[in-house]
Formats: sequence, structure tokens, C-alpha cells
Amino acid sequence: MRMSLLGRVVRDRRLKKPVALVTELGEGAQWLVYAEDAEDAEEGGERGEGGAPTGLPEFLVREARDSLESDRCQRLQAGGRDYFIQCFNPPLRMILVGAVHIAECLAPMAELVGFDVVVVEPREAFAQEERFPGIELRRGWPGPILAELELDARSAVVSLSHDPKIDDPALATALASPAFYIGALGSKKNHRGRLERLAGMGFDASACARVHGPVGLPIGSRSPAEIAVSIVAQAIEARRGQAQ
Amino acid sequence: MADGEKLLELAAAWVGEGTGVAIATVIETWGSSPCPPGSQLVVNTRGDFRGSVSGGCIEGAVVAEAARVIAAGKPTRLSFGVSDAMAWEVGLACGGEIEIYLEPLT
Repeated sequence: MRMSLLGRVVRDRRLKKPVALVTELGEGAQWLVYAEDAEDAEEGGERGEGGAPTGLPEFLVREARDSLESDRCQRLQAGGRDYFIQCFNPPLRMILVGAVHIAECLAPMAELVGFDVVVVEPREAFAQEERFPGIELRRGWPGPILAELELDARSAVVSLSHDPKIDDPALATALASPAFYIGALGSKKNHRGRLERLAGMGFDASACARVHGPVGLPIGSRSPAEIAVSIVAQAIEARRGQAQ
Repeated sequence: MADGEKLLELAAAWVGEGTGVAIATVIETWGSSPCPPGSQLVVNTRGDFRGSVSGGCIEGAVVAEAARVIAAGKPTRLSFGVSDAMAWEVGLACGGEIEIYLEPLT
């Protein structure tokens, strides 16, 4: 790999821009393919007519974009050549609503698994940076903050505050997004009440069914750290489970 | 690959320090194998390496081969499996097979 190409991939990762690296495994020719045509490049800059990378068959561009979409690497044979497509997608995100004790355990665990974590907390008493070293902490109400975060299909949202006026707007924003995982801490009884309130806000049964509650896989968790494990595990299942 | 690992950033930093660097990428696996395709390991001519392509079974062999690839300036492919002659030395305890693309940074 040329240094110039590596430099671009490193830069794209810093900008959290998805990029696929296509390698022809015989001679070692490499191309970068982006979601948008105009940015594709061959070996660090050259580009053919119309924005397509020169020398890369059109169907491989499509395959590379499919790989980015599904977040899977691919090995392909075409025209007597052997190709490998490597995906560099930005990290998954996990938004924790409520800077409570469970969030203190959950934030570093989720980071370890590869999530970019953001903690959202409007209550000054809870929103203390020293409880979340190295984690992004946003002070304010979850409605506008989650809207700013532009939740996408690589986002997970977990409400932990136990307070409907904090949790409900977060869940409503999450349900209006393609977030791949939505969880809400609370007992079965609390969860029933929550679903009724969401229904009252206009979310139908299939929308409400997207909210995992009580949150976490049923592993008999008791301590905050154990509950955090069950939540991380459930988020992984939501992301990878279909592949099994 | 684990998104949290800043392997390529590390590779770029190593080049900045003036050492030769190679990148190993799992391009195919058969049977039981702990590292899926796309898993990477970066290695430099000082023998430092980071990341993983097998969960520990074949890293030593990949690191040794990397020195040759860096010197030659050309990529190569490596296969490891239970039937491989190298299995006695570096064999995959899990019983799987792995193909690796090993490329120098140039």
C-alpha cells in the first residue's frame, strides 16, 4: 500500500467518512471507493472520466459500496483476477441518556467493544465529567441533543434516567430515526407505562416494539456493571444477530 | 475488524519514525477461525506488531515474513492451515485455515 493511500484512509477515518479499499491481490493495485462517485480515487488521487476510479470495473465499485452498506469485507474473482474489499466504516455510536451509575459502567464497556459513546444529561448534579473520563458528555435535554447527533442506522440509544421527562423525548427521537438499537431501563411495569406514553405520542405497535425493555439480555443481572454487560450484549446481538 | 483499533494510524506513525512497515489482512477463512476477513495486524522492521490475524497462532510467522515483504517492496499472500507444512511450528490449534495478504507500505 502506498503511503499516500494510507494517508487518505487515515484522514477519512478521522472525518468519520466511510471508505472501501479494493485490492487486486495479484499485482497489488488498490483503489478507494466512497459512497459518493466524485470522491473515488486510485492509489491516492488519480481519477478517470466521470469520477470513476480508473481501471476498476464498474461492478466492483458497486460491490464496494454494498460492502460499506453491509459493513462486510468481501473476496471476489473477476476477469481472472482476485480482489479483496476492506471496509473502513466509522465506529458505531451509543447514546446514553442519563448520567446515572449504570451509565458509568456502560460507557467504558461500550467503548471497549468499539462504540463511540455520548452521554446526555440535563441534570447538573449528574453531569459530572470526572465520572466519565474520556467520554463525551453533553449537558442538556435529549430531544434537541439527539436531533443534533443525527441518529443513523449505525446508532444505538439507551435511556437510563428513569425519568419520563428525560427518557421519553429521547426514545421518541430514536424511534423517528433508523437507529439499530433502542433500549430503555426500567421494570416491566414501568415499561408498560412507557409504551402507553409512546403510543399517546403517535407511535404504533411496531414502532414501540423497537424499544428493548426492560433493557438488556435476560442473564439475571443485578449490579450496575452486570446490567451494563447485558445491555452491551443486546446491542451486539441487534447488530450481528442476523448474521448467525 | 475492531473499529476501536487505530492500527492504520499506528502504521502511519511508524513510517514517520523511519521504520519499514507491513500490513497483514485476513482475506479468507475456512472452518474455525477467531479473526474474520478484514482483521489486520501491522508490523515494523523493529519487530513491533499490533493487532491480530489469528488469535495468536500464526502471528510469529507473519511477523517473520513481513521483514521479507518490506525488503522486497512487494505484497505476498500467505496460507496457514492444519495441512500446511508450517502447522507443526505455527499451526492453528482451532483447526481452521486462513489466507493472509501481506503488503509493505511504500
